[in-house]
Amino acid sequence: MSLKLADVHRIAHLARIEITDAQAQEAAKQLNDILAMIEQIGRVDTAGIAPMSHPLDGTQRLRPDAVTELPDRERNMANAPAQRDGLFLVPRVVE
Amino acid sequence: MSELAHATLSELGALLGRGSVSAVELATHFLERIERHRGLNAFLDVRAERTLAQARAADARRAAGESGALLGVPVAHKDVFVTRDWPTTAASRILEGYTSPFDATVVEALARAGMVCLGKLNCDEFAMGSSNENSAYGNVHNPWDRAAVPGGSSGGSAAAVAARLTPVATATDTGGSIREPASFCGVTGAKPTYGRPSRWGMIAFASSLDTAGLLGHSAQDCALVFNAMLGFDPKDSTSVERPAEDYTRHLQIDLRELRIGVPTEFFAAGLEPEVEAAVRSALRQYEALGARIVDVSLPNAALGIAVYYVVASAEASSNLSRYDGVRYGFRAKQYEDLRDMMCKTRAQGFGAEVKRRVLVGTYVLSHGYYDAYYLQASRVRRVIADEFQRAFGQCDIIAGPVTSGVAFGFGEKSADPVAMYLADLYTVPSSLAGIPAMSIPCGFGRHGRPIGLQLMANHYDEARLLGVAHRYQMATDWHARVPRGY
Repeated sequence: MSLKLADVHRIAHLARIEITDAQAQEAAKQLNDILAMIEQIGRVDTAGIAPMSHPLDGTQRLRPDAVTELPDRERNMANAPAQRDGLFLVPRVVE
Repeated sequence: MSELAHATLSELGALLGRGSVSAVELATHFLERIERHRGLNAFLDVRAERTLAQARAADARRAAGESGALLGVPVAHKDVFVTRDWPTTAASRILEGYTSPFDATVVEALARAGMVCLGKLNCDEFAMGSSNENSAYGNVHNPWDRAAVPGGSSGGSAAAVAARLTPVATATDTGGSIREPASFCGVTGAKPTYGRPSRWGMIAFASSLDTAGLLGHSAQDCALVFNAMLGFDPKDSTSVERPAEDYTRHLQIDLRELRIGVPTEFFAAGLEPEVEAAVRSALRQYEALGARIVDVSLPNAALGIAVYYVVASAEASSNLSRYDGVRYGFRAKQYEDLRDMMCKTRAQGFGAEVKRRVLVGTYVLSHGYYDAYYLQASRVRRVIADEFQRAFGQCDIIAGPVTSGVAFGFGEKSADPVAMYLADLYTVPSSLAGIPAMSIPCGFGRHGRPIGLQLMANHYDEARLLGVAHRYQMATDWHARVPRGY
């Protein structure tokens, strides 16, 4: 199958990346090349083979819910896009 | 003083131990070389006063009676390891000006051993690339030939080590990002078993593949640094819980007991004759040292690239969703509402290759396509990993080429993503399996560009892998060659 311009716009929307029509044209060509390469995996018969999501098949480790470190307020605040009265200011994300 | 830049880590450690040189003198020497060779663009950030403060602290520790193989020895970090004293960008515009409130575990571990940080190294943006042409801060040059790419994504690490701007550098390997630049720059690259090095504070690209490692002058140097760098980290949920090891313990390994497996598929069409000749010659050297060469088969290894670009892109699309301009880093200047801010921030903050992979990853995970792409890729990943296990039933080490050709030129592959991806054909399979792998210099090809030999071992067998590499380096001097002018 081959991605159309509208598909690229839909994917870009899901990925939250603004894309112009001209960029989407170029992206469609490149993504189709990449997907054509990727589609080789369909040739392998994988019936009965468990998916491998992790190279060591480890189990998720749990840790005790304990205080291990205290926040370094000054360093954490240093990356704030804006500050006021010691508050870390971000755009409103919940209406 | 220039011999200091060409000394091995053991030699530097001995000089520091005898008091023949101080950590401050050593740091000053390398900082001067970094300044002199700024044109390579290997470093993204150098802050001499912070380096010298660390060097003074190392000297004070030694004066107080402390000893240690790495105490006062310089190191430089790939810019995907977060550092409190240097900004961290992952070579992306989206993290411009970001400074981490904490140090990555790898950074912290090497600092604890007394290593002195020289600064942050350039790489492909978010470690995505095979040529270093994807850095938002300009490409790194290959010290052997300025018209050649240094390889990627750890191009700054490899070029800095090749040019003797640092005796050793940290790097990361997701699909070949340590081995390919090691091969292109004629230095030694070592990727341990997935899960041995901590991923805490390593900016995430593809979490089931990302593995920290080293670029250095020899296998022995890498083994010394691994002793301080690898180990269980409770902060990393996939860190391997195993006792500490001495990674230098097999350096004197007897090769007469060793079986080296050569996958026939790694010598198929597409491998350039000059690379094949150099790799075959290295295999003959191993035979002369007593090792037995056996043929092994990895029938589906060639599908590794296809699997990788599903798995790695899927994981990247998820990991990189955190860069939205809300809390830190770059934010678009003009936008209408929150969604528009995120879309514009990501469009302007990410480079072309990163966007491409995020789009591929978003697509393969999207409704209706997940089974055909992500699930099938995860199954083929197991097929490839199982083939390695069968091969390791017949041999101890697997050897082959790192790349199909020597370093290519700038712009040669950057217009064709798939051609660029195929640069990782021989390195991706072992990444998918999570096994340790190395690239060691084994010759030169056209335009005097270096060629690497790839060595792979089974999970947790990196000490033997380093030993096998070391024996070759005791018998040959490819790893000690220095590009002219450095």
